[in-house]
Amino acid sequence: MLFTDSIFIIGLTLLCIVYFLIPKRFRWMLLLAGSIGFYAYSGPLNLIYMAVTALSTFLITLRIEKMAASAKDTVTAHKSEWSRDEKKAFKEKAKKKRFRWLVLCLVLNFGMLAVVKYGAFTLHNINSVIGWFGGSKRLPVRRFLLPMGMSFYLFQTMGYAIDVYREKYPAEKNFARLGLFVSFFPQLIQGPISRYDDLAKGLYAGNGYDPKRVTLGVQRILWGYFKKVALADRVMPAVTALISNTDQHQGMYVLMGILYYTLRIYADFTGGIDITIGIGQVLGIPITENFNRPFFSKNITEYWRRWHITLGTWFKDYLFYPISVCQPMLKLSKWSREKLGKNVGKYLPVYVSTVAVWFVTGLWHGAAWNFIVWGLMNAVVILISERLTPLYGRFHKKFAWSNTRAYDGFMALRTTFLMGLLRMFDCYLNVPLTFKMFGTMFYKWNPQILWDGSLMKLGLSKPDYLVLGVGVLLLFTASMLGRRGSVRERLWEKSRFLSCCLTVALLLIVVVFGAYGIGYDSSQFIYNQF
Amino acid sequence: MSETLSTIIEILQDLHEDVDFESETKLIDNKILDSFDIVTLISELSNEFDITIPADKIIPENFNSAQALANMVEELEDE
Repeated sequence: MLFTDSIFIIGLTLLCIVYFLIPKRFRWMLLLAGSIGFYAYSGPLNLIYMAVTALSTFLITLRIEKMAASAKDTVTAHKSEWSRDEKKAFKEKAKKKRFRWLVLCLVLNFGMLAVVKYGAFTLHNINSVIGWFGGSKRLPVRRFLLPMGMSFYLFQTMGYAIDVYREKYPAEKNFARLGLFVSFFPQLIQGPISRYDDLAKGLYAGNGYDPKRVTLGVQRILWGYFKKVALADRVMPAVTALISNTDQHQGMYVLMGILYYTLRIYADFTGGIDITIGIGQVLGIPITENFNRPFFSKNITEYWRRWHITLGTWFKDYLFYPISVCQPMLKLSKWSREKLGKNVGKYLPVYVSTVAVWFVTGLWHGAAWNFIVWGLMNAVVILISERLTPLYGRFHKKFAWSNTRAYDGFMALRTTFLMGLLRMFDCYLNVPLTFKMFGTMFYKWNPQILWDGSLMKLGLSKPDYLVLGVGVLLLFTASMLGRRGSVRERLWEKSRFLSCCLTVALLLIVVVFGAYGIGYDSSQFIYNQF
Repeated sequence: MSETLSTIIEILQDLHEDVDFESETKLIDNKILDSFDIVTLISELSNEFDITIPADKIIPENFNSAQALANMVEELEDE
């Protein structure tokens, strides 16, 4: 099911009405029923995977919590008899036991993801290696259908399990309530990957009807639909045309493809997240923001702090830091300090962890080499940028003009273009082809396509370009205005009437400018496939 | 100023020479230290004080100031 399906829109409207009519204490149960219904609609079998995740996490986190409490009681009971070293040894032993349970939870759940998402890819690569060495036997490759949103709800739930192990908060004692955290329907399409302590309170609070909150939420939903159906879906035919005929569409076409795809992925992903957060706002459930005007970033590191924020922070907290501070890494650091010098030892952990994390980030996006290369290329750019930081510092000190708003704008454009270039791997879905198409930008000189009408043959007409142009202008204006806080909130405070006008205007824009037409079928959200 | 604190300030100064680490109390909240700095810092502290800083100690409260870092180091040394 998509956010753009009429059955979703009807179901959501009904759910919201019933949500505000029933007593507060039943509201979270309605959300759970709605979430299960929503997910079952995507494929009843998918519910089995989700149930395994919810149940295993529920039981194991309760077990971990019980073990932690029991260990504390034991230490307290032997406070006067045990020496400091004895206490320390006991605590370490108890922690190791809890860690084993956590590992079981992680292996079971990530194992499921590995089989479903990466099984075929791994076997296919093993077969290729066998072939390279002249072997004739091949392992049978079986492909599974990836359950919708699995990469999102699984990461969210495993984050919860790790946090309980770290004693950040107590484990949820009610299975149904944890089930709602795992399955909350607006997040199942494409995240964000929320933290339990951020999301749970809102989920179970059962907040009542608040005209302001509901109006602002509906506006956010409509803004999301505008991005999705008027911009992302509208530019889609041009992206498809460019990648499906790569012999013809080279040189300047590739550059245009980068622009089209950048717009598509931005409007698609942020639009979907706007709808998710808007639904949460209507229901009184705060959902973590996943974007912070990413195309205003001055460098790629800053960009990744502002794009798909919840995935970035997940990887930082649960993978980057643990890898960086693990014993083997510290030993490597110590060894390199002694053998290769202080500077190498100092930075080695961070560089190794960065490459490892970006390798996994690439894999998270898809079981294919193009995503892995995309991830590693990000790591390379980030590390080069990191090494050049002192040089940038000297540059900005020496040249005053490099500290102006105009230069900030140049840096933002440069970052956006660089990210667009890297996304070519994601767009062409083939590593050699991506390099080939990148190369054509340098030797295939065809700037005339910009004015000789060639761009009109990509499935986009003049009115389409007009809508896209105005749409981009609107996105830019909204981003600029949003720097001083929520535009919708300010408008509501200024005038309720104007706020209602904005809601109607957004609704009309979605209805009039959506890329509908005969045989219209809204495309799948890009991130839903990850 | 304790010896631990002055060593930590020295290490921090090596990362960002233009920051007044004696008075700054929002190193994480104000984004002065990023994740690269934090990992480099952990590697330096582990080496200097011969301690192990587990991942669950990497929270803003422990890294927001030189004093908070010193408290964490002393706590880990005591354990």
